[in-house]
Amino acid sequence: MTSELNRMTIAEARDGLARRDFSAIELTRACLEQIKLVDPKINAFITVCAHEALEQAAAADRRLAAGDAPALCGIPLAIKDIYATRGVRTTCASKMLENFVPPFDATVIARLREAGAVFIGKANMDEFAMGSSTENSAFGATRNPHNVERVPGGSSGGSAAAVAADECLGALGTDTGGSIRLPAAFCGVAGIKPTYSRVSRYGVIAYASSLDQVGPFAKTVRDAAILLRTLAGHDPHDSTCSARPVPDYEAALTGDVRGMRIGVPKEYFGAGMEPQVETAIRAALASYERLGATLVEISLPHTEYAIAAYYIVATAEASANLARYDGIRYGLRVEADNTGELYNRTRAAGFGAEVKRRIMLGAFVLSAGYYDAYYLKGQKVRTLIRGDFDRAFARCDVIATPVAPTTAFKIGEKMADPLQMYLSDIFTISVNLAGLPGLSIPCGFDSDGLPIGLQLIGAPFAEETILRAGDAFERTGAITRRAAIL
Amino acid sequence: MADSKISVEQVRHVARLARLELSAADETALQANLSEILQYIDQLNRLDTSAVAPTAQVGEAGTPMRDDVIANRPDPEAMLANAPARAGHLFKVPRIIE
Repeated sequence: MTSELNRMTIAEARDGLARRDFSAIELTRACLEQIKLVDPKINAFITVCAHEALEQAAAADRRLAAGDAPALCGIPLAIKDIYATRGVRTTCASKMLENFVPPFDATVIARLREAGAVFIGKANMDEFAMGSSTENSAFGATRNPHNVERVPGGSSGGSAAAVAADECLGALGTDTGGSIRLPAAFCGVAGIKPTYSRVSRYGVIAYASSLDQVGPFAKTVRDAAILLRTLAGHDPHDSTCSARPVPDYEAALTGDVRGMRIGVPKEYFGAGMEPQVETAIRAALASYERLGATLVEISLPHTEYAIAAYYIVATAEASANLARYDGIRYGLRVEADNTGELYNRTRAAGFGAEVKRRIMLGAFVLSAGYYDAYYLKGQKVRTLIRGDFDRAFARCDVIATPVAPTTAFKIGEKMADPLQMYLSDIFTISVNLAGLPGLSIPCGFDSDGLPIGLQLIGAPFAEETILRAGDAFERTGAITRRAAIL
Repeated sequence: MADSKISVEQVRHVARLARLELSAADETALQANLSEILQYIDQLNRLDTSAVAPTAQVGEAGTPMRDDVIANRPDPEAMLANAPARAGHLFKVPRIIE
């Protein structure tokens, strides 16, 4: 029994801990054992926090014994290494921050601490969250637990792989263009990017601030709902963060989708899609019809322009956000005789190739003579993409699409071709530009045993609706399979 | 790259703006990558956006105001713990004035 604790869902572990069937220490030990066993094969973690995690678990056991257990008491989570964790090295998978130890907690980390969570380790990612495969890490690529020759998706690939490999019960990621939903799909787990402004980003290392959003990975939609309730809510430290009250997302999981109108955008089914992906998505849509939902054909006509608009807006913001890494106050420094040379050399040595590429593209689209042609154009196209969704949600409650046109691609396959890598996010990126919530859930496997993800997109702040839809599908029969390495 | 969207001189100019030292190999690779990406981005020109307003933010929070009061007093040692070079309670930088 004890050796299987790490396989549990958060809901199961919560009940088991409350009944004292096992202790938080035993649960944390089971996850740490699993990490020892499988992480050499998948490299999901940059830093494993065994000592701290066991201390947190001991504290959780004391609270459980005292009958004073908060929502996530004793639940072991993996934390993407983009979150500032007080006293624990936070690298953002970059040489620039290889030895950076934050003096403070991100707001969501403080909330999880208060809720009694155990932080098992800091998960691998694409450097500064720039990538779709978790190959752009200064600490080596993460591999997909379903097939170690394949990528886990990115940029939150370590978090997704850790959940899929039962190294933890849930995880935190971030999503700027698909960085939660794509790895969730490729690794066969649930992942939700909430509405822009639903969750505080204070203490989350910034990539593109008008797009970045915090969200959880979990083994089930219910677990994602449990985590989101703790994460969401107003934060005076993030001026963009919404003051709307946070609903009980778990209570929204009624299993009932009768009368729900599910929009199916014709632009998301076309050339470039693997037939097995389309088959799985169509089968999921048929399940929804059997559950009493109605399918509505809709159009999102500007879909094909989303990647281009994104790579203007996101890189422009990144070029400004990453200006802070100058070798003066923290992070890497390469010494030089004057400050200008010190900046130039520090940044050359500290940033990897993809980060440099995006900083350069962003600086270019903002530079004199190109601002109107690129940056302003990108912002205008963003308006058109938002408009597509506004019109669509007049006719439906949820939009259902594939998360990606293919299953997980091979390690190394797209590393030499940045544009091909960017195109992996074709179905997720519009959602960030429009600021909407999007849920990725497993809906099948291809003939190689690789997971296929279904994306459920909601109107702003309609997390309850997409979680209800995702949970209802999950109840029709588990579309999960143990990862091949387990 | 038959039709470069960006010259090597432009790559060097942008690298100066972005404070990045580039090797000759970096410059060549970036010229090719950025040209290809900019060419892809050019498809946006198929859209007439002359009457479209730009979107800079999608949140609903607006610009909330708060009182300008000190809310925390960080410990100087904690703030300097990550400094690559320091002198007492100061960040150390190369000489700026000769």
